[in-house]
Amino acid sequence: MDTRVDTPLPNPIRPAFERGQRDDAIVVSIGPSHPATHGTIQVIAELDGETVRRVDVHCGYLHRGFEKECEDHTWHNLMPYIDRLNYCSGLINDFAYCEAVELLLGVEITPRCRYLRTLLSEYSRIADHLTCVAASLMELGAMTAFLYLVMIRDYIYEHLADLTGARVTYTYGRVGGLARDLPAGWLKRLGEILDQYEMFVARIHGLIDRNRIFIDRTRDVGVISTADALNWGFTGPILRSTGVACDLRKDTPYLAYGELDFDVPVGIKGDNYDRYYVRMREMDESVYMIRQLIDLLPEGPLNVDDRRCTLPEKRLVYTEIESLINHFKLIMDGPDVPPGEVYAAHEAPNGELGFYLVSTGGGTPYKLHVRSPSFVHMGGLKRLLEGYQLADIIPTFGSVNMIGGECDR
Amino acid sequence: MTEPIIDILQRELVPAGGEASRSHGMLVLMVPPDALLGVARRLAAEFAFDLFLDVTAVDWPQRTPRFDVVYHFYSTRHRMRVRLKTCVPEAEPVVDSLVPLYGSAHFMERECHDMYGIVFRGNADLRPILLYEGFQGHPLRKDYRKDHEQPLVPYRG
Repeated sequence: MDTRVDTPLPNPIRPAFERGQRDDAIVVSIGPSHPATHGTIQVIAELDGETVRRVDVHCGYLHRGFEKECEDHTWHNLMPYIDRLNYCSGLINDFAYCEAVELLLGVEITPRCRYLRTLLSEYSRIADHLTCVAASLMELGAMTAFLYLVMIRDYIYEHLADLTGARVTYTYGRVGGLARDLPAGWLKRLGEILDQYEMFVARIHGLIDRNRIFIDRTRDVGVISTADALNWGFTGPILRSTGVACDLRKDTPYLAYGELDFDVPVGIKGDNYDRYYVRMREMDESVYMIRQLIDLLPEGPLNVDDRRCTLPEKRLVYTEIESLINHFKLIMDGPDVPPGEVYAAHEAPNGELGFYLVSTGGGTPYKLHVRSPSFVHMGGLKRLLEGYQLADIIPTFGSVNMIGGECDR
Repeated sequence: MTEPIIDILQRELVPAGGEASRSHGMLVLMVPPDALLGVARRLAAEFAFDLFLDVTAVDWPQRTPRFDVVYHFYSTRHRMRVRLKTCVPEAEPVVDSLVPLYGSAHFMERECHDMYGIVFRGNADLRPILLYEGFQGHPLRKDYRKDHEQPLVPYRG
């Protein structure tokens, strides 16, 4: 049977250019599913020999209508979707979202919740940076470094599973608190993992920092200046790698960051090596913060005592009618969030993760928009790729740490 | 004592037909669509708002004009954010693009165009970014039903 079609079939993307500017240039399509990139993204590149002249970056292959779906769920029920934005550090997504809703509600979380959220944010940051560094090192051939780092990350995942019940998608945040308190012995195991983290990260420094191959592949590759980085919307480690200490944890302190002692590591020239090193140093700072937080963590209630958002105790739900109806209304109708709009942002591992919420009153958001760092970074990615070698796309893309879940939403 | 930057912005940046308010500590400027680019330019050039964070829209089907277009800016010097809002009608959902001021506007405006059909005058590249070529409609508009199905794209072999 002849299956040819005379009319041209629609293409999922329309590249910005079909042919090169010169006769001897070639245009190649890399991705969207390429074994050497750990993200579903398509890069159309115009090559002059091995040099990349122009690129056209296409994301969206993981688009799943997240924002539309959220408009159809109560403020609580959409928490599992929030987790799946940046699935390397789901807890930070949860806490940023919860803070935005709490601002609308005018709820102030309890001290224990505040410190615990800070601790878990930093713990997630370590897991996220470990993933990024491990994957980008593996793509350069450093299998040992990958296994060392992912081993520590897996300890963290298992440890978080003890707390939340899931390795990656935790659904642990709650408006006005957290799903449950720490199990017995959790902090002791945390100390052990941090000690092992230090041992293995010291080995990574020994293997990688002054490794000739690594330096040749990353030094002076994917360079961006501070002014350019700001213009293209880069935040987080990429902006800091250019030498500017711009960090929301310091600049607009939220949670318990104002009470902690920590440095903001910066790079010197904004290349791939700096981005690697900034992430490594940030993990050390996170460990330092977690150790302070273990000492600071106060006893006391975890959830705010506010019937508008906090579920009543199960014991009361089963024994008194007020709590039963309270539980029923919170589950069926959702928390009654007053009308208004709010933008709240946290320093996620990749940069500024912002939630813009619009409420018209009632149990579901009227609008929920995510300012995701990965999506903005994809807009500026061509600035990091153009002018370098074809093979440099891999380490540069790795150092940007694009997460499809939050980029494509 | 120097005046807080938020008060200076509130005094300086409200154009004719605009208004200023505070929302959870953030300065919110409502501006007419034709004044938007001018206000954004002054924010960037005079007041060091060097990060263009975000643009999105809010759909109010019962209201005229129908769409709010919402911008967020951040200043690394003042360490604060400002929200700009403008209203555009359904018949002519057009605002000026911020591409001349911020490179990051390229992608973010593409997304807003995908999702709401807002046209950014001056952004030459409004191809679909999260959606695909041939997608019909603008999914975040309130009249786009969640279970609406798109025409099937033929298998491309």
